[in-house]
Amino acid sequence: MKHENEAVIRFPSLSSNEAFARSVTAAFAAQMDPTLEELGDLKTAVSEAVTNAIVHAYPDRIGPVVLRLRRLAGNVLEITVKDTGVGIPDVAQARQPMFTTGGAERSGMGLTIMESFMNSLTLRSQPGRGTTVRMRKKLIGRGETACKP
Amino acid sequence: MNFTSLLQEKRLTILLSGDIDHHAAKEIMESVSAKIRVYLPQICELDFSGVTFMDSSGIALVIHALRGMNQLGGTLRLTNVPPQPRKVLLASGIQKLVPLNQERSPA
Repeated sequence: MKHENEAVIRFPSLSSNEAFARSVTAAFAAQMDPTLEELGDLKTAVSEAVTNAIVHAYPDRIGPVVLRLRRLAGNVLEITVKDTGVGIPDVAQARQPMFTTGGAERSGMGLTIMESFMNSLTLRSQPGRGTTVRMRKKLIGRGETACKP
Repeated sequence: MNFTSLLQEKRLTILLSGDIDHHAAKEIMESVSAKIRVYLPQICELDFSGVTFMDSSGIALVIHALRGMNQLGGTLRLTNVPPQPRKVLLASGIQKLVPLNQERSPA
């Protein structure tokens, strides 16, 4: 799909980069005049996707994570998080709420939250090759009333 | 991580703050569990008023605290939950297990 603006950021799978990914996403989305709630939704979804790459894609090593942000026609924001890690053997199982291969500090709700906070989600994974999650959300924005004093 | 906590007649209030994500979750979880183990409260209140962001790591934290309180036969309460963490908690359905009480009035 044709895009109006784009940013691509590549960073190592360090958990300290979760906050970085959220900040970058919020900064990119600012041009689309999102509401506070929309901004919260975007930050939550990107946090889940990047955390999945950090926790699951590279369980024993630090590997690259690529975050791509695109502004599409109709004030739609597309977020793509790509890793070249271990991949998901059973995508259908991974999409089940409460399913997790993570430890006690994981809830298994990451994908469920991404799906409910964004308008669409595509998950592609190949064992041994990596995983790409692509999400889109149409931003209604604050409109003109927000600019009035 | 050292959160402020108050103990008043078997009621433990823990004031959570900052971003609750995967990066911070383990430390927060251990800190909350340690406080429950030390103070053995009848009621444990997690006060979210200082939480600036929360993702699904916060759900795991609540489940963990709930287990700790269930073992003591006590009650867990979530209070002053701002809109963004509230939306995450509601998406998980956790309110069926722990009510989100003492609502903050809408801004």
